[in-house]
Formats: sequence, structure tokens, C-alpha cells
Amino acid sequence: MNRANVYSAALMEHNAHPDYKYELADFTHTHEGVNPSCGDEMVLRLRVSQDGLTIEEAAFTGSGCAVSQASADIMAELITGESIEEAKHLIDIFIRMIQGDKLTEDEKDALDEAYQLEGISRMPARVKCAELAWRTLDAALK
Amino acid sequence: MAKKLLGYDMLTPDARRRWEARHVQASALATSPYKADFPLLAQNRDLAFLDSAATAQRPKAVLDAQKRFYETMNANALRGLYQLSVEATEAINEARTHVAQFIGLDGEKDARDVVFCRNTSEALNLIAHSYAPDVLRPGDEVCITIMEHHSNLIPWQQACRAAGAKLVYMYPDEQGAIGEEEMRAKIGPRTKIVSAVHVSNVLGVSNDVKLMAEIAHQFGAVMVVDGAQSVPHFPVDVTELGCDFFAFSGHKVFGPFGIGVLWGRHELLEAMPPFLTGGEMIESVSEQDAVWAPVPEKFEAGTQDAAGIYALDAALTYVEGIGFEAMQARERALVAQCMRRLSGLPFVRIIGPADPDAHHGVVSFNVCGIHPHDVASILDMGNVAIRAGHHCAQPLLAHLGIQSCCRVSLAFYNDAGDIEKLIDGLKQTWRMFNE
Repeated sequence: MNRANVYSAALMEHNAHPDYKYELADFTHTHEGVNPSCGDEMVLRLRVSQDGLTIEEAAFTGSGCAVSQASADIMAELITGESIEEAKHLIDIFIRMIQGDKLTEDEKDALDEAYQLEGISRMPARVKCAELAWRTLDAALK
Repeated sequence: MAKKLLGYDMLTPDARRRWEARHVQASALATSPYKADFPLLAQNRDLAFLDSAATAQRPKAVLDAQKRFYETMNANALRGLYQLSVEATEAINEARTHVAQFIGLDGEKDARDVVFCRNTSEALNLIAHSYAPDVLRPGDEVCITIMEHHSNLIPWQQACRAAGAKLVYMYPDEQGAIGEEEMRAKIGPRTKIVSAVHVSNVLGVSNDVKLMAEIAHQFGAVMVVDGAQSVPHFPVDVTELGCDFFAFSGHKVFGPFGIGVLWGRHELLEAMPPFLTGGEMIESVSEQDAVWAPVPEKFEAGTQDAAGIYALDAALTYVEGIGFEAMQARERALVAQCMRRLSGLPFVRIIGPADPDAHHGVVSFNVCGIHPHDVASILDMGNVAIRAGHHCAQPLLAHLGIQSCCRVSLAFYNDAGDIEKLIDGLKQTWRMFNE
């Protein structure tokens, strides 16, 4: 049996000490994401630049399993300072990775630390946990 | 030592056998002689399968029966005029008789009241669709417990909604017991149907469905029992319980997937319209009308899973071969040991009654500060299979004030090694999150 260990030291660190888990006061975009079946809830808040092009700051609050929490922290770190266009591109890559698509080397590089969650694609029961933050971001940007 | 204290030496041979059966020695739990009967367990000695309440493993006898049916008896039952089809029909009839006996009925006389369906959910849906609409009027009540599996909850939500009736819940005390006072507070003159889970799939407690049936009958209501988690654990006698309907699934009692049983009182089944219609369930059909076949065929539209029914028969034979006394003794000893070992972990909180004998194989718990899904995933890395989540009992978890939990469910084929792997895995989980 082929078991993935997604509980890497990096993931555990993001879960235990999330840098981006706080209430962002002056946000411009927000969305609440929920996984009703496991009880994960998160509120994602973004501050987008006045020209509407760049995510200046991203932060989340909420509770859930280590996978959902670490995925959110990694994502917030990744998109802070990125253009909205790039953030949407990253969402697409991440969701495809979790759904089991093979990524190109460029795409792996683009995901950076988030690529560590690749093993989730072999843990169908945990897909929703990993995706929650990314789907919430997608909704916040719509 | 313990034997001396209990005056073991003075027991008659019969009493001694009963004592032995009730008190499985710790040494007997070290390994399981029964794993050899189950190909999946025999071939995966490293696997600690602790999810039998979700679905049990199947003994070779059951798998062989399924294969034997297709290799030697395969034909469409009921309609055939040739030998093979006659044999398939006989196999179904024999299984029906066996099921009736297994739940405490007269095999010959009562077999006709055993309806085969896909699973407990389908059986309960059958009652909610074929019985409930005729008896429920606006303002009437259906009474269930808060510890229902969704399969004995949503059909009643739907039936109540359609009829303008009210769904009323009975709640347990802190030890998971629903007392007579609570039953009498909830079952009353407006109650038309009481439906209760016999054994909870989360708390493991058994409900006093016999008393519920008595009270239900005082008010002219019928008593439905969801036996999905009781039939695999102790002998059930529906006559003794006094219920009107009883449902269970084959796959939880070591039988195949896709076969379930509904037993109902003959006069009730007789009066009910069919649930699904089509082939095999009619007496005669004209352009604009049809006459239903007698019970149970009236409720068995379409071609039956005859191989599955034949294999369920084999599963019941297997259980009888081991005997409930031996199965229960082992299971109780395993639960007691599991709870003792879990209690030794300061970061684990067990959910449900303190008495291990009240658990019927099920031990639910949470690990402080760690989401159950993380616990299950990390245990899985050590080849320990448990269930985590809401266990299809969201209203119960909400009542308990939790979002989700971990659940270990033991069967007689488990051993102390499985429990030790669980404990090691939990220690590992705790270390990963706290070091």
C-alpha cells in the first residue's frame, strides 16, 4: 500500500505557528469557507491595492485540522505581494495537483512550499481539507 | 488467582464453561485464532483493522459461498422452470428461513415476513415510504433518539415533512442511557411511530427498545428498531423485543455488501403498499392495473441478489459456529483492554459510558487539540484503520458538543496486538503535534 506522509516538519510548523493567522483589519476582500463534513471553518481576508491588481496582505482565521490550517498559512504566505492574476493561476495549479494532475517543473516551482501537499492527492478523504483555503480564496476574488 | 477468588474450582463443568466464556483471559487476547478465517486479515498481518462497525471483514466461508453460488447455482430465481433456477429459488428461501430463526422467529412460519433489500437504510426507507404516509396526519409525531445514524433519521425527517408531522427526539443521560422517564416524556398520544437505534454506532450503548416498544404500544404507535449495530454483537429476538419492524445489514454481520433485511409483523406488511414496483413483485398485470404478489415478494421488485442472499446465509452460519457467547466474551475483553489502555494516555478523552460492557465493540474518543482527521491519517501511516468524522450522526455530535471524533470499533477477530498498534500510533500522533 502506498501511503503518503504529508505531515512533514514544514507542515507541522505552519500548523503550530501560523504567521498569517490573524484578523486583518483593513481588508478589501473577504470570504468564509466551510467544510461542513469535518467542521473546518475559515475566514480569509485580503487587502488588495487601490489599483485592484495586487494582494498586499492576506490573512486567515478559523479552525480545522492540521492539513487545512497549514494549507491556509502556506497559501497566505505565497499570495502576499502577488498579483491577483498570479494568485488565480496558483489556485488553478494547486487544485489540479490535489486532483491528481501531474505538474510541470515550472508549476512545482510556482507552488513552492505548497507543493509539499502533493501527497494529499493520494488521500481522497483529505482533499477537502487541503483545498479549503484555496477555494475560499477563489470565492473571495470573484 | 482470580479463579480461586471466584470459587472457580467449585463450579460445575457447565458453569465453568460459562465462566470461561464470560471471562476471556488476557493471554487469550494476545493473538486471534479467528484472523485465519478472514482472508483479508490473514493476508495483512500488519493491519490493525479497527473499523468493523463501518463494515466487518468477511470470513472465507462467506466468500466461498458467494463464489459457489455463481459457479454452481447461478440462475434467475423465482421465475425459472428449470432445475438451476429452482435451486437458486430454494437458496433464497432457505436463507429467508435462516434469517427468521436468527432473529428469534419461527423459521418456517415467519420466513415470509423477512424482506430482503440492499441494506438497513433501504429497509428503513421502505417503512418511511410504505407505512408512514398512511398513518401520519398533520400534528402527529414520530419519535426517534438523538443517537440515530442518519439512515434512521432522514427518512423520518422526510416523512414528517411530507405529512406535516413533528419529529420528536429522546435524549440520553450522561452515561448514554435513555431512561423510562425520557421515553414517557416523548412518546404520547400523538406518537404514531417510534424508531430507535438498537446499538449506537458512536456511543456503543444499547437502547432499551423493549421498553420503548411497550410504551409505544400503549399509545397505539408502532416500534421500529434499527439493528445494524446490534445484530453483529448479541443475539436478537424480535418477539422478545416486542417491536413491529426490525432492520439490519448483511455487511456488518460478516456477510456481503448489498444485502439487508427488513422484518415486519405480517399484518403490517400485508396492509402496506409496495415501496418499489416492477418485475417479481406482482401477481398479475393488465394494461391499467396490477395485483401485488404476497409478502415478502411484494417488497422485492426486480431481480434479487441471490448470491448475496446465499452468502448472508453462510455468514449467519459462521456466526452460529463461533457462537455469540464466545464472540461477546472476546469482544468485551477487547473493549475493556482498549479502554484501559486509552485511559492511560493523558491526552485521550473517551466518549460514552464508563462501563466497557456497555460499548458493544465501539470506543469513540478525541485526542486533545488534534483534529480527528489528522489522528486517523497519522494512524493510517502505521497501518491502523479507524474511522474519524461525524459517523453519520451529526445531531448526536452536536448534542455532545463536538464537531467530530475518532472511533475504534472492535470485533471478535481483533487481538491485543491491534490495540497496542493503536496505542503506539496515538503516542506517535501526540509526539508529532507536541514536540
